[in-house]
Amino acid sequence: MIDSADLAAIWLTVELASIVTILLLLIGTPIAWWLARTPSRWKGPIGAVVSLPLVLPPAVLGFYLLVVMGPNGPVGTLTQSLGIGLLPFTFAGLVVASVIYSMPFVVQPLQNAFEAIGERPLEAAATLRASKLDTFFSVVVPLAKPGFLTAAILGFAHTVGEFGVVLMIGGNIPDKTRVVSVQIYDHVEALEYANAHWLAALMVIFSFLVLLALYTLNPTGKRK
Amino acid sequence: MKFPKSLVAIALLALSSISSAADKITIAAAADLKFAMEEIVTVFKQANPAAEVETIYGSSGKFHTQIQQGAPFDLYFSADIKYPQMLAKEGFAASEVKPYAFGRIVLWSASRDASKMTIADLADPAIAKIAIANPKHAPYGKRAEEALHSAGIWEKVEPRLVMGENIAQTAQYVQTGNADIGIIALALALNKELASKGNYALIPDNLHQPLEQGFIVTKLAADNVLAKKFAAYMGSPDARRVMVRYGFILPGEMPTK
Repeated sequence: MIDSADLAAIWLTVELASIVTILLLLIGTPIAWWLARTPSRWKGPIGAVVSLPLVLPPAVLGFYLLVVMGPNGPVGTLTQSLGIGLLPFTFAGLVVASVIYSMPFVVQPLQNAFEAIGERPLEAAATLRASKLDTFFSVVVPLAKPGFLTAAILGFAHTVGEFGVVLMIGGNIPDKTRVVSVQIYDHVEALEYANAHWLAALMVIFSFLVLLALYTLNPTGKRK
Repeated sequence: MKFPKSLVAIALLALSSISSAADKITIAAAADLKFAMEEIVTVFKQANPAAEVETIYGSSGKFHTQIQQGAPFDLYFSADIKYPQMLAKEGFAASEVKPYAFGRIVLWSASRDASKMTIADLADPAIAKIAIANPKHAPYGKRAEEALHSAGIWEKVEPRLVMGENIAQTAQYVQTGNADIGIIALALALNKELASKGNYALIPDNLHQPLEQGFIVTKLAADNVLAKKFAAYMGSPDARRVMVRYGFILPGEMPTK
């Protein structure tokens, strides 16, 4: 059955994924907007950097994060001098890692949605003397709503599904870094297959529901 | 059904090449053996130049599960003899469970001089992060937890613990400085790479249950001559010398304090 440690892991995972999703929408939106609109020659390189986590093995990310955020790494030196301490083995560290890790899953749907809007609605808004900010919130956001939904769902789901990076920088601390995927792994290693089954089945159901929501909200080939 | 004869011949040939691959073995070894096993394999290969030996390191518990599910390992060296004993009981072994060593745990740090410390010093709140292997499934982690309980400091230490998936990852947490100090295997602390970065202090072995380690030849390797040869080689003076150098206490030898 699901025990209290499992529940703690589930709650922690939901908390992590929610925070990461909000942060990703905040950070990812301007990046996606810029990528969708810019004529800059930096578009390619920046787009590639944002998409790196799609291709990189989690072990690569985990290793670099551990070294960079460690006491001798640049980020670690910075966080220590700011009095935050070190990020590995903390919830904040997981948030930072997950934001990087899930970034492409938020930026790409947003970028596609922004690109699909095209110039005309923006020009129309401009002739009505709408400010750029006003245009963005009154025209772009409503038009790109399916993109935002897809981005949020994918960002959330991908963070829930994270394992390798957490294993490398998490340190398996209850209520701080022991998320569901790690908890399942621990159950399997400790030969507690019944517990592992319960949690694993939950993950399968959750993943199915996520994808179902995605396909129901965004039926392919139909645009409103 | 008709199959072209040539296809059947190729299939048979492929099969025979698999079954005759007896000059190759795959060893699943607990992470604490990382450096010792590497040396033993090197010496073994010098004596058996045709032998192909592949070694995979990880946590003992994981290998146990994988062998149950048919993982292609010919030998399984566990850091806790309990796992191969279970496998033998379930019929996954082609040999007796052979005890090969007793492990020791040590305090090790890359940022302070651990050799001047005792386990009781971990109660000091100035030590922000203490790394141990996960007691739930890593034998060295279990013994570390027992030692912390015996020393009467578990409650003081617990909020500052970070847990490695296996003992090698635990050492790596300390080596990168992300944890101030760790309880790791003596066998790892004695490795050149780690020895050059920090000192260690032995944790008295009366603070924890013995870390009795055992291995089996798996059912898969029942007919593998090389696997049997390697199993026998573990008892040779050459192999024993390497194990002793890495701080293991061998079965039949008096444990030293």
